[in-house]
Amino acid sequence: MPEKISARGLNVAVHGSPVLRDISLSVMANEILAIIGPAHSGKTTFLRCINRLIENQPGFVRTGELLLDNRDVRQWDIDTLRRRVGMIFATPIPLPGTIFDNVAYGPRLKGVRNMRRLAEIVEKSLRAAFLWDEVKDRLFSSALRLSGGQQQRLCIARTLAVEPEVVMMDEPCSGLDPISTAQIEQAMRELKQSYTFILVTNNVKQAARVSDRTAFFLSGELVELGPTAQIFTAPRDKRTDDYVSGRIG
Amino acid sequence: MKRRRIADRGVRVLFSVNAVLAAAVLLGILIFLLAYGIRAFIPAGAVDPEDPSTQPLTLGGFLFGASWNPDAYGQPEYGIVPLLLGSLITTVLALLIAIPMGIAGAVFIAERLRGGVRVAVKMAVELFAGFPSVVIGFFGLLVLGPALARVFNVPSGLNVLNASVLLALMSLPTIISVSDDALRVVPHSYREAAYALGASPWTTAIRVILPAARSGILAAVMLGFGRAVGETMAVLMVAGNAPIIPRSLFDPVRTITTTIAIELGESAFNSIHFFALFALGFILFLIALFTNLIAEALIRREKRSFTL
Repeated sequence: MPEKISARGLNVAVHGSPVLRDISLSVMANEILAIIGPAHSGKTTFLRCINRLIENQPGFVRTGELLLDNRDVRQWDIDTLRRRVGMIFATPIPLPGTIFDNVAYGPRLKGVRNMRRLAEIVEKSLRAAFLWDEVKDRLFSSALRLSGGQQQRLCIARTLAVEPEVVMMDEPCSGLDPISTAQIEQAMRELKQSYTFILVTNNVKQAARVSDRTAFFLSGELVELGPTAQIFTAPRDKRTDDYVSGRIG
Repeated sequence: MKRRRIADRGVRVLFSVNAVLAAAVLLGILIFLLAYGIRAFIPAGAVDPEDPSTQPLTLGGFLFGASWNPDAYGQPEYGIVPLLLGSLITTVLALLIAIPMGIAGAVFIAERLRGGVRVAVKMAVELFAGFPSVVIGFFGLLVLGPALARVFNVPSGLNVLNASVLLALMSLPTIISVSDDALRVVPHSYREAAYALGASPWTTAIRVILPAARSGILAAVMLGFGRAVGETMAVLMVAGNAPIIPRSLFDPVRTITTTIAIELGESAFNSIHFFALFALGFILFLIALFTNLIAEALIRREKRSFTL
């Protein structure tokens, strides 16, 4: 499998204090890579480096390499980069407007105006996010009336509508109930055929359930990266063992 | 324990008394306007059939009369249509100028400016909101008026256009400042969500942040409307003040507020003319009330469709 994203000696500091230290890892195409680790271990920062949202943060300095398809993310046109690498946030953020508007947002940015074409994209994306059946009769009502789990799946549909290659999820289920969580995990497993996933999660069990490989971050360092089964049953590093077995965290 | 309860009650009384007082003052003004204004239609004193200036007004003649001429020698006329139109035309024109500029300015301040520059610009805008209107009137009289007369080659620069531009200038700071506040409370996560979809900062501002701040911006526009429709002094100085229905931007115009300001001093105390001016004030009050009710209803409808 080809490398989709690779970091080589990636260092990030914000206002002089290091947030990521010497991270080297690769994300393969069509895999689900889970990144686990306690709070403030740099997981979210890693994602925000990839789609360069971090550049909005004052005082940020990055060194080392971070490549998408063998080209540094800084050399990509920023809009193209963000269309190829979608992101789902911890709290669902429906934009103002209807369900349809939300999903059609990205395609419209790309200049798709034809209503029939938009409707096709919206339906396809909502189906892919397992939300279509619940909202097909109220596509033109406000997105804010959906439940939390539905809103998060709407955000997934909105991201998919842009047709990205990589989907990054930043603790996508942290505010959701077990049923919604199961629906989102199912969606991820189905979508793996056509997308590459990076799943940041605080929920160790979720990483074990859905991911192919797991990376363990601690205090801005990559402690261990390996097949998920190995990380959870036979970790090489003692800190990984302590974390996945619940002794630290 | 007991002392705390007394303090608690004291604070509650203090707040309720103030709330009631504020409402009572407003109600008092309304009753006062109504009580005086109504006497233009139902006179309390004697009616001299020989003297046309003591004849009570008819409501129809007042509301729909096309001529306002209280000093006419034979038959004084009290039709508010020219004044009402004067107020509405100048206000609407002013808002046509001020709303796009105000919202654009607010987006610029809220989305593009940071730190000290932002604080300085915002402070300057707010300072301008408190600028004495008579000074702005001076500007209109001495700078804008002659300039308009020259540019458009018209005999006088004291006209609808001048008044509207001044009103726009005066409602701009309110619209900018309140819109900026509304834009600033839109959660940062909205911006990040839009950026993550590949939207540029400007697209995000227009397609995401502005719609999210809609109800606040509507409130800003309503406040701007209130400022424009109630403004007296600057308009008085630059509008030409002929109580006619203007046919072009370069005709003079008379608004409701300026009519009250001009004529109250020269009308005989307790005359029909005097009371008619109070009735005019009541109309102004109704305009303010209705625009506020409409704004309130729009904002409430907005909230219903954008929250749970």
